[in-house]
Amino acid sequence: MSHPDTVGEGLKSLALQVGILITLVTASAAQDHSGQQYAQTDVVAGARVYAALCIGCHGANGAGVGGIDLRQGPLPRASTDAALTTLLAKGIPGTGMPSFTLDPNDARALVAFVRSGFDSNTTIVPQGDAGHGRVIFEGKGACLTCHRIDTRGRDIGPDLTEIGRGRTAVAIQRSLIDPTGTMIPINRPVRAVTRDGRAITGRRLNEDTYTVQIITDDGRLVSMVKADLRQWSVSTTSPMPSYKDTLTPAELIDLVAYVSSLKGTGR
Amino acid sequence: MIAIVVLLTALIGQITTDRLIRAADEPRNWLTYSGTYSGQRYSTLSQIDRSNVKSLQLKWLLQNQVAGPWESVPLVVDGIMYVTQRPNDVVAVDATTGRIFWIYKYVGATDYKVCCGANNRGLAMLGNTLFMGTLDAHLVAIDAQTGRPLWNVAVAEYARGYSITLAPLTVKDTVIVGVGGGEYGIRGFIAAYDARSGKEVWRFNTIPAPGEPGADSWSGDAWKNGGGSLWVTGTYDPALNLTYWGVGNPGPDFNAAQRPGDNLYTDSVVALNADTGKLQWHFQFTPNDRYDWDSTQVPVLVDATWKGAPAKLLMLANRNGFFYVLDRTSGKFLFGKPFIKVNWASGLDSNGRPIQTPQPPGATTWPGQQGGTSWYSPSYSPRTGLFYIPTWEDVSGVFTSQPAQYQPGQYYWGGSFRTSRPAPDAPVAPNIRRGPINNWTNELSHGAVVAVDPQSGERKWTFPMYDLTDAGILTTASDLLFTGGREGYFQALDARTGELLWKASLGSAQIMMGPITYEVEGRQYVSVICGNVMATFGL
Repeated sequence: MSHPDTVGEGLKSLALQVGILITLVTASAAQDHSGQQYAQTDVVAGARVYAALCIGCHGANGAGVGGIDLRQGPLPRASTDAALTTLLAKGIPGTGMPSFTLDPNDARALVAFVRSGFDSNTTIVPQGDAGHGRVIFEGKGACLTCHRIDTRGRDIGPDLTEIGRGRTAVAIQRSLIDPTGTMIPINRPVRAVTRDGRAITGRRLNEDTYTVQIITDDGRLVSMVKADLRQWSVSTTSPMPSYKDTLTPAELIDLVAYVSSLKGTGR
Repeated sequence: MIAIVVLLTALIGQITTDRLIRAADEPRNWLTYSGTYSGQRYSTLSQIDRSNVKSLQLKWLLQNQVAGPWESVPLVVDGIMYVTQRPNDVVAVDATTGRIFWIYKYVGATDYKVCCGANNRGLAMLGNTLFMGTLDAHLVAIDAQTGRPLWNVAVAEYARGYSITLAPLTVKDTVIVGVGGGEYGIRGFIAAYDARSGKEVWRFNTIPAPGEPGADSWSGDAWKNGGGSLWVTGTYDPALNLTYWGVGNPGPDFNAAQRPGDNLYTDSVVALNADTGKLQWHFQFTPNDRYDWDSTQVPVLVDATWKGAPAKLLMLANRNGFFYVLDRTSGKFLFGKPFIKVNWASGLDSNGRPIQTPQPPGATTWPGQQGGTSWYSPSYSPRTGLFYIPTWEDVSGVFTSQPAQYQPGQYYWGGSFRTSRPAPDAPVAPNIRRGPINNWTNELSHGAVVAVDPQSGERKWTFPMYDLTDAGILTTASDLLFTGGREGYFQALDARTGELLWKASLGSAQIMMGPITYEVEGRQYVSVICGNVMATFGL
């Protein structure tokens, strides 16, 4: 596979450093990358369709209906664009999802908006070399020290086996550059001290008014009753290092390409 | 004469108007959506109390085979429970065992238009007849003994976005309903139907036409699609013969510039003569609303001392974040104060009108679109004198507006909103229905039960929850407060202090209705719906 470098090195670097959003709608359309790309005009138009028809239930963030995250997926009933188009036309009987009579342009636009992760800026990072990204992931980046992909790695950080389904390339890029600023709150590292003085550290999996469920740094699932704890703290600082300065811009883009390509094992 | 008496008995049957008026005197039954006409959601039952509540045990479960949020409040009449389930079924249940007598399945149009799911919030009863509004905007009368339909009338055109999701209210010999559809550019109304025949008796349009009082609060043709939906049951004062209803948002929801004026009677409470539907008074909470802040909260009727004199009060905790006290005879504003953080208004003037401080484009507004509270019923305890509000604390969002073009049966939003989030890609709390894992956490907002002293608007106590809450509140004469939340816990608090006394985990599902209590053969029960299951507890 050739390195699909469609922009100059300087521009890549600039994009990474100041967060400029680069659109490569036509240039990269035929290239090998993590996700299909959509015309910017469609994504922008789709945002308007979404605001008119969908936002009432699904919310501005696409997660207004519990258990369904339109931005991040997975959407088992709409695994392809064609399936999503059909679903919009037919609705899901027996649920709150109605059918919509859309003109084909609006339907295409809405699909583009949903599939692009609601990013009406058509935020598409330059496409890197996923193969080389894997080398960085397993080597220089030492990502498996904390993260898991399928059977390899550890559970200190979130499981990345299907991360490419749920996160856009831009979101992955942001996480690599600013792990603390982009940390999803549920993933925050926590520390508990039990009544008998035992300290337990790990990553939060779920929490409610009375209990919290975590996975410890050594991979054990632990559920605790908060009222039984002597101490309970949640850190807002991510244990993950920023790769802004430790990887070159080209390496970073390749790493984004690889992480974006992680779509599960199919099992 | 004897024949007439027999005939009248047969016609009036089981639940008389007098029983409804005196519902508080027969706390063994739960006769209306809020228990009594006052909307206090307070029961004089006291067998379950602070000393024995820890011994509450599960008595029975009712499994619902229909997926989706279950927001219905059951009625209980002399040992039989009547509850609706999605989309428009009625189930008659033995209130002591949970075993089912009959199920009535309404067969209506399936291409109804509802913004927020196929919800139904319950029934009303008069005589031996149950009344249910349907998603395709019909009103159906059902024989409570057999489950057979008696009559069925079309209330509005469902194809134009009208629906009925609220529990009707029976007053005298009429059934009062209101229509939903505030996101579809409807023109809302409240209507009363003859309980025996289904014939319309009166209708009050919540959006006045040109020439009608209040029409000058609209410009041009905006009133035609002005919204003003009804989706939570109102209340009734028999002595004043006034029925009180909270009215929904104006349409289009977010584009206030498209409908200059106050947009009466949206976001208002209206007091109507129960015989004629004539407007006695109104009070508007959010004029020219741009935030989708329906005022469909239950208007709670309280007789209490106000500034040293006995008074007939109406209390309402509004989605806009303010708690209000009105004189319910005249609608006069007596008091108002925020019960959560607000920045859309700097306060209320001497007439209760908000001094609006709209935030600049892109800036954050408190509360957000879901507001500080919503359809989940509050409660007032005459014993503690406190008003209990299911609250969303610190919820905020960014609103945008754009022109909306009305098309029959299509959404008529005129903009959108974005809920604030703690990190760029972080999930935010779902508006309606959550999954089993809380990945939005409590970092930006969470739910609470807030006990407000209505005399001062001050918080007496706060019971914070980690997640938000869509659960109503029940209080009892033993100073217990029952409520749920989005986490599937059913909780009993001390109504005086907010202390947690007992809880049961009913699974990771939402409680989206107000718990009820009743008594059969000397035993008190408490029922709650969590997810797709109704659970009934007793000692």
